Amino acid sequence: MIRIQARTEPSTLMKVASPLLAIVLTLIFGSILFTAIGKDPYQALHVLLIAPLADSYNIGEMFVKMGPLLLCAVGLSLCYRANMWNIGAEGQLLAGALGGSAIALYFIDSESVFALPLTLIAGILSGMLWAALPTFLKLRYNSNLILTTIMFNYIALYLLIWAVHGPLRDPDGYGFPESAIFSDTTLLPTIFESSRIHLGVLFAVLAGVVGWFILSKTHLGFQIRVFGADEPAARYAGFSGKKLSWFVMLFAGALAGLAGVSETTGPIGQLVPNVSPGYGYSAIIVAYLGRLHPIGAILAAIFMAVLYMGGDLAQIEMGIPVAVVSMFQGVLLFFLLACDFFINNRLISTNQATN
Amino acid sequence: MVQILFAAIKTGTPLLFIALGEVICEKSGILNLGQEGMMLMGAVVGFLVSYSTGNIGLGVISAMAMGVLMSLIFAVLVLHIGANQVATGLALTIFGTGLSAFIGADFVGQIIQGFQPVAIPVLSDIPYIGRILFSHDILVYFSFCMTVTLIYIVNKTRIGLTLKAVGENPHAANAIGIKVLRVRYLAVMFGGSMAGISGAYMSLVYTPMWVEGMTAGRGWIALALVVFASWRVGRIMLGAYLFGLASIMHLVLQGFGWSISPNLLAMLPYVATVIVMVIISADHFKEKLLAPRSLGKPFNPRNMA
Amino acid sequence: MKKHNLISRLELTNITKQYPGCLANDNINLTLIPGEIHALLGENGAGKSTLVKTIYGVVAPDKGDIIWDGKEVSIKSPSIARDLGIGMVFQHFSLFETMTVCQNIELCLSKTQLSKIGNLTQRITELSEEYGLNVDPNRYVHSLSIGERQRVEIMRCLVQSVKLLILDEPTSVLTPQEVAGLFNVLRTLSKEGCSILFISHKLHEVTEICHKATILRGGKVVDTCVPSEETPATIAKMMVGDLAEQDAGYSKKEGSVEVFKTSNLSLPAKHPFGTTLKNINFDLKAGEILGIAGVAGNGQDELMAIISGEDDRNVKDGLSINGMNIGHLHAGERRKLGIANVPEERLGRGAVPDMSLTENTLLTHSDGFLKNGLVQWQSIKEYTTELISKYKVKCHGEFSEAKSLSGGNLQKFIMGREIGQAPKVLICAHPTWGVDVGAALAIHQALLELRDKGAAILLISEDIDELFLLADRMAAVCDGYLSPLVKTEETNIDQIGQWMAGTFINNANQAQEVSA
Repeated sequence: MIRIQARTEPSTLMKVASPLLAIVLTLIFGSILFTAIGKDPYQALHVLLIAPLADSYNIGEMFVKMGPLLLCAVGLSLCYRANMWNIGAEGQLLAGALGGSAIALYFIDSESVFALPLTLIAGILSGMLWAALPTFLKLRYNSNLILTTIMFNYIALYLLIWAVHGPLRDPDGYGFPESAIFSDTTLLPTIFESSRIHLGVLFAVLAGVVGWFILSKTHLGFQIRVFGADEPAARYAGFSGKKLSWFVMLFAGALAGLAGVSETTGPIGQLVPNVSPGYGYSAIIVAYLGRLHPIGAILAAIFMAVLYMGGDLAQIEMGIPVAVVSMFQGVLLFFLLACDFFINNRLISTNQATN
Repeated sequence: MVQILFAAIKTGTPLLFIALGEVICEKSGILNLGQEGMMLMGAVVGFLVSYSTGNIGLGVISAMAMGVLMSLIFAVLVLHIGANQVATGLALTIFGTGLSAFIGADFVGQIIQGFQPVAIPVLSDIPYIGRILFSHDILVYFSFCMTVTLIYIVNKTRIGLTLKAVGENPHAANAIGIKVLRVRYLAVMFGGSMAGISGAYMSLVYTPMWVEGMTAGRGWIALALVVFASWRVGRIMLGAYLFGLASIMHLVLQGFGWSISPNLLAMLPYVATVIVMVIISADHFKEKLLAPRSLGKPFNPRNMA
Repeated sequence: MKKHNLISRLELTNITKQYPGCLANDNINLTLIPGEIHALLGENGAGKSTLVKTIYGVVAPDKGDIIWDGKEVSIKSPSIARDLGIGMVFQHFSLFETMTVCQNIELCLSKTQLSKIGNLTQRITELSEEYGLNVDPNRYVHSLSIGERQRVEIMRCLVQSVKLLILDEPTSVLTPQEVAGLFNVLRTLSKEGCSILFISHKLHEVTEICHKATILRGGKVVDTCVPSEETPATIAKMMVGDLAEQDAGYSKKEGSVEVFKTSNLSLPAKHPFGTTLKNINFDLKAGEILGIAGVAGNGQDELMAIISGEDDRNVKDGLSINGMNIGHLHAGERRKLGIANVPEERLGRGAVPDMSLTENTLLTHSDGFLKNGLVQWQSIKEYTTELISKYKVKCHGEFSEAKSLSGGNLQKFIMGREIGQAPKVLICAHPTWGVDVGAALAIHQALLELRDKGAAILLISEDIDELFLLADRMAAVCDGYLSPLVKTEETNIDQIGQWMAGTFINNANQAQEVSA
């Protein structure tokens, strides 16, 4: 017989192993699923996970997808560390795309060197604004952050759709709901000649490092961790919950906004209704998979980006609906939560227990 | 005007179903943020079963069963493994969104014959009221019955008292011999079945077809609705119809000849939700008094030492 | 205990319960006869609570037999225990605050019991009169005082006509006068043949009421005795083992200059079940300990929170330190002015459970450990190691997580951390609650040492004995009112007990009306 026993000390090994175990279990689940729907599981997993890394073009595309995922996930990691349940990265990303695009379109005939920085700043500020609204409502009116951030996601989406149908629509675009294509002065430069990897990806990696530095080296980061782990203790110690809440939310909003504006000024080059294939929601999974650790988020974002690429390839090559990606994300989080159980518990055989 | 109220009830019904399920779940102390996922699964399964068997009754039952199945994933993770309720609920929504899109991919755009309105004899002849309340489809009547039954159970029976006890103080409930986990399992599963039927209402009555993500955040709005109703079953009904009214406001305004972009008007239910939450939650004192006190907090009977 | 029955009511043999890392009960044997009031004694962690929870079916023993009225039984759940006739009053009451007394009692009864009783409200009223419990079945529990709640718990058991009543530290939440009332009820029950198992660590109560006592230490039965034939000192020796160092009497001091003051501090309750503070006035002098007595839930937590600033409402000129108003400052700023704080809740407030001791040092002590906002982890680590050795905190090292420490050791750590900041004012709540004798002694001495260095100490405690031992001046709180302040030498337990019950309140109100 096997029995569950609580560990006296949490297992550090499991803290690291749990995400890896969850990934393996998700892949096993995926194989079973693909077999069930009559697809070759080996081929499917190959397309999903290996093919995205098969050549340099695909690897480049993978990094392009990693950028926004990572930017959002670093911000969310800090929020969740502070127990601020910000589900609004998607809305903040869309707001950043919208705000940034408005400025990019203003500079459409300009050659100014300030055009790109101003566009990026506009995107960042828009993301911050979109994070500030629910934060204000929570701190001032005690409204539930999860629900308000979700609602602001929907509001941002419709605002963006409205904008591309109305004020920001390309007048020469034959009525398509898209903006004009941005001028080269407001496009993010690519880093390598042959791929689409742009400056935004670099920002993302930088954000991961900055996030890590804040959390583990600064007093502010310490306060964030205390506030999230044990709010009464933070109040007891005299840390200002309001200040910390504002900081993590604005930080997350800024990064998500940067992700949004980097998408429109990077790989897309114009404002379109489907700027994001749910990056802001996937970033929640990335943050968790990375153990709410900004460096962990870098690794998790790479994995998630591979999955995104794989999803696209699987649809093209095998006719598997692209929704498989979002389903896998859910399963992955389920397995992760289940595996985390073994950080504080272990299985023992009852024979051993009686000794 | 009668037409608007009639439509408000119809639009409010899926919200009513899902919020009734969630309020029972929350009364037991469990916050399930997976409503949207369970609802989408209910919608797609309800549609698929009805489409392939031609039996919409069977579709509704399958949708409820699917909702229960989904809620069980949540229940096992949260109640047995002690996973964080917020994260697990989010996972359930992401999973449900993906899985429903995955299995429904081949059926997008197909149309079926959904439930038809059944006017209740005599009652439907009452002027105004008859049209507003008694000329609906059978699921709307079911939602009426469900609301009344739940009001009775929650307020007048020992089951209701037990539910309240578990939600307020699971440790005390355990100490006096109430099987806390069993009560919570049942409450979560009831929530799942209601989310399932709510989804089925979307895909079988409201717009009898399947579209990816067709619930459009109703699962989340229902969560706000529970707060709005201060965890009281009767008020959920009122709230659901008010939200229903807010969602069809754009039709009403267009009817008045206002020309506002439909995309801006589509924001209305979400903006309304935010405003309502701000108004309701601003009174921190009152909310603390009304909310189930153990809501969202983990409880593990093994740690009772 | 007049009718000696040959069949014992309850017999426990070899009860054993193992928790991860701790053997809570080790082959425990215990016998109870009808009508016997039996004390279960021992320090915190001796295994008393585990044992009674086993009897009540909350905890399943790994080994051992339970014999009830001569028959072996297996008590798998509290409902089985109740069907047998076992009732229990928990230390932390298992009442539901948003329900009425009647509903609370109903939830404990099975359907058959309910139908037997018929009209529950009426039955409660009858029993209430019979035993002088004074419980109104239609009131909501959140409107009841702690003493009343305990009587509701007892009523819960009486309604089921119990044969064995278990009480887990019932007197720790009562005023001395309420304790006398409780003992009357227990004596009546005993005369009717009901056995009572009484957990306590207040020895004079045990010698007063109990017929027999079993003493536990480290999960084992170390001794049994007839309390009436013993003195508190001899029983204490059995509990602690080798006579550990005991607190001797300490000299009282008179404070010098006034450091801290509250003036007409009134504050509405923040939570629906909280206490409103009403016109609180006291001053705290350098080099004295001011003790505040009171039954839990009478405003102590609220007072602590508003003084420390954890309750962030602005009380304007209600609080001052060295004559300077601090009512508008937040908790961090007040700390910088020299107010340190040892809270009642050690784990989860005084220390973050999942963080190391090093991190927990930084929690309140950041002075000198920061450079441009960056944390100097190395120097904090060294300082923490010093704290650990200076205050003899038993742990693996400065990397140990706070939750891995025992209550007493964590308390020593927190006390050391707060004292290490050389505070002008130390607020300290229930410093030795749940702490073993050795740690309590160390904590007491640390407090006195700090006082002698000239700090002003506000000591809030439910333990009257501790207050008389340490405090130089005393007062009591009741229902959010603060009694007058009095020198410890000029008062006695009886007066403080009456103040805890609120006898001073009418006078205070009148005085207020006169002044208004």
